[in-house]
Amino acid sequence: MSTPDRYPSHPEPGIEPDSGLRQRNVALVDLLDRVLAGGVVIAGEVTLSIADVDLVRISLRALIASVRSLAAEPAAEPAAEPAAERGREP
Amino acid sequence: MTYTWLYAVAPADTGAPPPDTPGGVAGEHPRTVGAGSLLAVVGSVPDPDFDAEALQRRLRDPQWLEPAVRAHHRVVSATAGRALPVRFGTVYRDDDRVRALLTAHADAFRTALARVADRTEWGVKAHLDKARLDEARANADPAAATGTGGPPDDDRPGTAYLLRRRAARDRDTRDLSDAAARARQVHLALTGLADHSTEHPPQPPEATGVRDPMLLNGAYLVHRSREAGFARAVRGLREQHAPVLRLELTGPWPPYSFVDLPTGDGAP
Repeated sequence: MSTPDRYPSHPEPGIEPDSGLRQRNVALVDLLDRVLAGGVVIAGEVTLSIADVDLVRISLRALIASVRSLAAEPAAEPAAEPAAERGREP
Repeated sequence: MTYTWLYAVAPADTGAPPPDTPGGVAGEHPRTVGAGSLLAVVGSVPDPDFDAEALQRRLRDPQWLEPAVRAHHRVVSATAGRALPVRFGTVYRDDDRVRALLTAHADAFRTALARVADRTEWGVKAHLDKARLDEARANADPAAATGTGGPPDDDRPGTAYLLRRRAARDRDTRDLSDAAARARQVHLALTGLADHSTEHPPQPPEATGVRDPMLLNGAYLVHRSREAGFARAVRGLREQHAPVLRLELTGPWPPYSFVDLPTGDGAP
């Protein structure tokens, strides 16, 4: 997936955000922080937003762990946590 | 039958989303619904797939959630900096309900739009930089870093070992509290340069792939006239707090973290 995740920036030279090898995953983590937990909270009639942020944050751990394994990263950093973490899921 | 997924609320003179606006959360083409001086960027999504129960289920399905979150973000971003992002997962029965929402809360929306106008959100995260800290310490004092300094331990090697272990543990504790204090300083300094600031909970290691603890996950709303100064400040803070802290800058983001609105009537 190569679609730009960045917000249209201003024309003048501004800030160069950091990029790195983990950009794809880091971007997802940061997106989830903002898109799921941020934004205007409005009472929808069908879904009251996905409002229970604590619930969301708990399930995000499992989500991100599985996205990381989908991405089949070369075994880089911690591989130990996800299994232990899963034990704490509701 | 379809529901109406809400992406963002913008001033009416923003116009429709640009023609290259990419697909939405259901692959649909986003469109706008107007009421008075406001318009909502929305998409039509099929109703059995997007009712509350289905959404809760899909929230736990990474195969669906990741592309959907990215789609939501792309549509919000396509509003080119003039809209209020709406939290992912806000769905109305139809367009008329969205128009009623815009009308009922017009003043609050306009106030919130003014608050974020010409501003973008920047993220700054700080991790303890254990590796560089240890390296710097080793370069400064090789003997102490390897634990070969101190009194000779010929007579009581076991005791000496335990003392070294305790010293290392105490040092780790000091490092962490020093890093946490520095992270507070970073947040205060950047808050002083931003119109608004807030903090997200630190991201867990299994989400970031970084074992070092995250000590700051800050978000800063910065006016475009202050962007360059903000960037300079981040660079300066990075130097000032190396090698204890590792600072990472992300952005620019839509102002996701700065759009609280008192429109959650009926919401928990």
